[in-house]
Amino acid sequence: MRLLVRPAQYVALALYILFLGFPLLWLMSASVKSSGELNSLTVNLLPQEWHWENYTEALTRQGLLHSAWNSLLVALASTVLSIIISVPASYVLARLKGKVRAAGVGWILVSQVFPVVLIILPLFLILRTLGLADNLVGLTLVHTTYMLPFALWMLQGYVAAIPTELEEAGAMDGASRFTVLRTIVFPLLAPGVVATAMFSFVSSWNEFFFALVLLQSPENYTLPITLNTFVGGEGRTALGPLAAGAVLAAIPSIVFFSILRKKLTGGLMAGAVKG
Amino acid sequence: MTTPSLTEPKRRTAQPPAPRPNKRVKPMARTRRREAIALVLPSLIPILVLSVAPLVVGVFLAFTNARLVRHPDYSFAGLDNFARLGGNALFWDSLRIGMIWTVGVTLLQLAAAMGLALLLNSGLKLQGLTRVLALVPWAMPPVVVAIMWQMIYSANGGPLNAFLGAVGLPSDINWLGDFSTALPAVIVVGVWVGMPQTTVTLLAGLQQIPGELLEAAAVDGAGAWRKFTAVTWPAMRPIVTSITSLNFIWNFNSFSLVYVLTAGGPGGKTMVPVLFIYLEAFKNREIGYAAAMGLVVVIVVVLILAVYLRSQFRTEDRAEKGR
Repeated sequence: MRLLVRPAQYVALALYILFLGFPLLWLMSASVKSSGELNSLTVNLLPQEWHWENYTEALTRQGLLHSAWNSLLVALASTVLSIIISVPASYVLARLKGKVRAAGVGWILVSQVFPVVLIILPLFLILRTLGLADNLVGLTLVHTTYMLPFALWMLQGYVAAIPTELEEAGAMDGASRFTVLRTIVFPLLAPGVVATAMFSFVSSWNEFFFALVLLQSPENYTLPITLNTFVGGEGRTALGPLAAGAVLAAIPSIVFFSILRKKLTGGLMAGAVKG
Repeated sequence: MTTPSLTEPKRRTAQPPAPRPNKRVKPMARTRRREAIALVLPSLIPILVLSVAPLVVGVFLAFTNARLVRHPDYSFAGLDNFARLGGNALFWDSLRIGMIWTVGVTLLQLAAAMGLALLLNSGLKLQGLTRVLALVPWAMPPVVVAIMWQMIYSANGGPLNAFLGAVGLPSDINWLGDFSTALPAVIVVGVWVGMPQTTVTLLAGLQQIPGELLEAAAVDGAGAWRKFTAVTWPAMRPIVTSITSLNFIWNFNSFSLVYVLTAGGPGGKTMVPVLFIYLEAFKNREIGYAAAMGLVVVIVVVLILAVYLRSQFRTEDRAEKGR
């Protein structure tokens, strides 16, 4: 009985790996298959011939590159904005005790359970009133707002790790609070800022719902929205280029996440275990 | 050389500075409030305008007959929207489907993630590969995930049907297009996406269980299952409670996956509430009515969570007293 435990565990682990990994393998394989092979009823795990032109076709495909550019702009802008906004606020959140901190932490928790169904309509109306619906600036502001709580949460963890003695030492030299922040706290925060920025970038790059509701003109579409327009009408779509486009869209997120892996799991752990 | 003067703030002294308490940076709580407000204000403004205000307006809209038109003209409708909802069988159906989707994904996610976390925690090889693989689904854009699974489920040359055919099972199933298989198929994708994060969290919890506890149980002759029910599960209960609550809400709120996979079809069999409300608002343009649906849905979710959390805390209390 005991002897069977290890092999059974490995079988289970293999099943998990299959479940998690096979879809990825299939997508990558489809992205280099010819349309003939994709539409035939014989099913091969690896392509018979490798067709890299799916990738060139995806890149030249109408709108795909332009919407990738839009996504990049929105993701970069909202990342920079959310970092600029959240770094000072995270300092207050980490250092302050009492009601303000309780309110801040409470807000971050509540934002995790925000009812999108109730938010999206008024959000659309507010942005339309401001002339920012169907507009990349509007989308950037929305992405910034909705990544703020997580950015604050991550950053305040990094601030809390900076010993207050360092600040006190700086202040003993007579520096004002803002000088202390600029010369002591912010430099030490840099690794945390990089991690938070990467996470924010990925959230914005992947985001679908707000973009779908807010953007109406194809020239404003972000990458997820454009990819979605190619999905409809099964059989009609050129599956090879679609798969290639999907792989390309996933690359930045996966690269950033593999870099972030350790930090992110650490941060999430702290949140989940203590929460 | 005397002590550095106040007018030269950046000057460094060679000898350790004498302690001068009145110049120390005071902890934030004791400094002027203005400073804190100045630091927080930039984050407060977008949150107030784009997140708190919409919530308030959303509740307000639910009591109006507003429509999504160029020149909105609306009036108070009192409880009309809610009365109308009572007779809207499609809405209640979507709430039922949303519950099946949410509970299904949340429970399967928890079970699968617990299994994987236990495996990863038991010192098997291939941990690195599994950990990396486990994080990929979470990083991918939901649209890409949906496109990928559409290919897996495809009735024409999809690998799932090919596999079923190869082992002699029915292999002509239109997974996403068939009334009976569409919702389970979508749930599997939800589990695929959400499992990694849950696994990571549970693994973190497992690693905090003192090894002596498990060893003691083993000495007492407990098998793997007994060790799990007697030691691991009770120790993990608080983490499981919080991750289950969060997953419940995240899954309930998720839109992109189902929207791209099936758009609510076939025949409304995967029409989860978020999708239903989205269509009501942006296709039928009845935003007052849609907001009322949103409010009802939010209340239902909060009630379910409250009941769940209450029952969890009760069990924990009982466990405490039993000791």
